Amino acid sequence: MREIDASAITEAVRTMSMSANYDLGDDVVKAFERGLEQEESPTGKAVFKALLENSKIARNEKVPMCQDTGFAVVFVEIGQDVHVTGGAIREAVNAGVRKGYEEGYLRKSICDPFTRTNTKDNTPAVVFTEVVDGAGLKITFAPKGGGSENMARVTMLTPSGGKEAVADFIVNRCQEAGSNPCPPVIVGACIGGTPELAAMLAKKALIRPLGTKNPDPELAEMEDQLLARINNLGMGPQGLGGRIFALGVHLVKHPCHIATLPLAVNICCHASRHKETEL
Amino acid sequence: MSEVIRLTTPLTEEDVASLKAGDQVSLTGVLYTARDAAHKRLVALLDEGKELPFDAKGAVIYYVGPSPAKPGAVVGSAGPTTSYRMDAYSERMMEVGMKGMIGKGKRAGDVVDAMVKHKAVYFAAIGGAAALIARSIKKVDVIAYEDLGPEAVRRMEVEDFKVVVINDTNGADLYEQGQERYRKE
Repeated sequence: MREIDASAITEAVRTMSMSANYDLGDDVVKAFERGLEQEESPTGKAVFKALLENSKIARNEKVPMCQDTGFAVVFVEIGQDVHVTGGAIREAVNAGVRKGYEEGYLRKSICDPFTRTNTKDNTPAVVFTEVVDGAGLKITFAPKGGGSENMARVTMLTPSGGKEAVADFIVNRCQEAGSNPCPPVIVGACIGGTPELAAMLAKKALIRPLGTKNPDPELAEMEDQLLARINNLGMGPQGLGGRIFALGVHLVKHPCHIATLPLAVNICCHASRHKETEL
Repeated sequence: MSEVIRLTTPLTEEDVASLKAGDQVSLTGVLYTARDAAHKRLVALLDEGKELPFDAKGAVIYYVGPSPAKPGAVVGSAGPTTSYRMDAYSERMMEVGMKGMIGKGKRAGDVVDAMVKHKAVYFAAIGGAAALIARSIKKVDVIAYEDLGPEAVRRMEVEDFKVVVINDTNGADLYEQGQERYRKE
C-alpha cells in the first residue's frame, strides 16, 4: 500500500488553481493561431488577436485570463493501492481551492442557490473521484465559468432518432447558445449512459487536448461533420459573425438502457482551463 | 472594419442616436458596474422612489464582476458577463436615463424595443479577454453594496475602452446581421 499525505493533494490543487487560471494550454493557443489564419471575418480576426494578447498578458503577469475564475471542478483518479493519510480527499481538495483562490487573487464565485450568499472562498469544489488500478493518484483541475455552464443541457432523446437526432440537438444547442458562452468554444457531448453520468462525461470530454483525433473512428467522423455544421451557422468568434464559432467538438459515448438515448452537451468558452498533476 | 468612434461618458441622446449596430466604439470617462444582484437592489430603490447611488442620466453600465486586484493594481481581470440576466431590469434603468449597457450575448426582444423607445444602446466587449480589458481601466471605487463582493457597484474610470455596438436605437442587432453574412447552407 502506497501512502500519500493529504497535504500533497492540497498543495497540488492550490498550485493548479493559479496555473490553470493564468496559463492557457498550448493546444488552445495553437487553435487561436489557426483561427486567426482561417477566419474570414475582420471582426473575427480581431477577436482572435485580442485573445492571443490576453493569454500572453495572463501568463506573463500571472493574472487570471478571465475574471470568472470558475467553479473548481476536480477529477481525482486514485489507484486502489493508495492510502491517503492525514485527512479526507474532499477536504484536502477544498483546502487547496481555499488557498489557491485567496493567494492567487482569483474571484470567489460560489453562492447559496436561494439566498445567493457567497461562500467567500470558492468552496466547495465539485470533486469526482474514480478508483482505478495501481498505486497512482492523478488530479485534474478544470475550473469553468458560469456563462458557458448556463448553456449546458441534458436531454433524453427517443432511441429511434439515432445519430441524426443527436447531431441536430447539438447543433441547435450551439445556435441557441449564440454569443453567451464566449465563442470560439469547444463543444463537449456524451451520448448514452444515464442522465447524471452523461452530464459528467460531457464535461470531462472538454479536457481532451484540442486538435487531437477521437480514438473511436465513428465518433471522429461525427465530430468532423458536427464541427462543419456548427461553424456553417456563421456565428463566428464572439457570435459577431464569421467562420469559427467552435474550435473543436469532443464526443464520448457510453452504453445506455434499451429504452433510452441520453445526450448531454457542455459548451466550454475559449478559456478552456485544465491542469493535471500526478502524485 | 469601420473607423473607431470615440465617445466620452456620460452619453448624450445625440451620441447614441448616431451609433449603428457594428460600429467600433472607444469609450473614455466613467462606467458604473452592476450585475443581476446589484440590478435587483437598484430597481428596488427606484420602486421605492429613492435615489440611485450614481447619476443614471447618460450613464453607461458595465456588466462585470472583476477578479480581486493584486497589490498595486487598480483592478483584477474584468471582462463582461452574460447580459440576459439583466434583461428583467434594463428598461427600468433606461427610464431613468441610462444610455448604454456593456456586456456579452443577445438581449431579449423587449429590451431591444426599450432601447428604441428610450434611445439607448447595447455594446459588447470581448467576453473572456479580461486581462486585456483591465488595461483600459484606470481607477475603481466601490460605491454601493460592498457586501456583494465581486458584484458590488463600482465607479470605473476608463480610457479607450473598446466595445462594439450590438443593438442600436433603430432596433438593429449585430449578432443577427453578422450571422446572416457568414451563414452557409
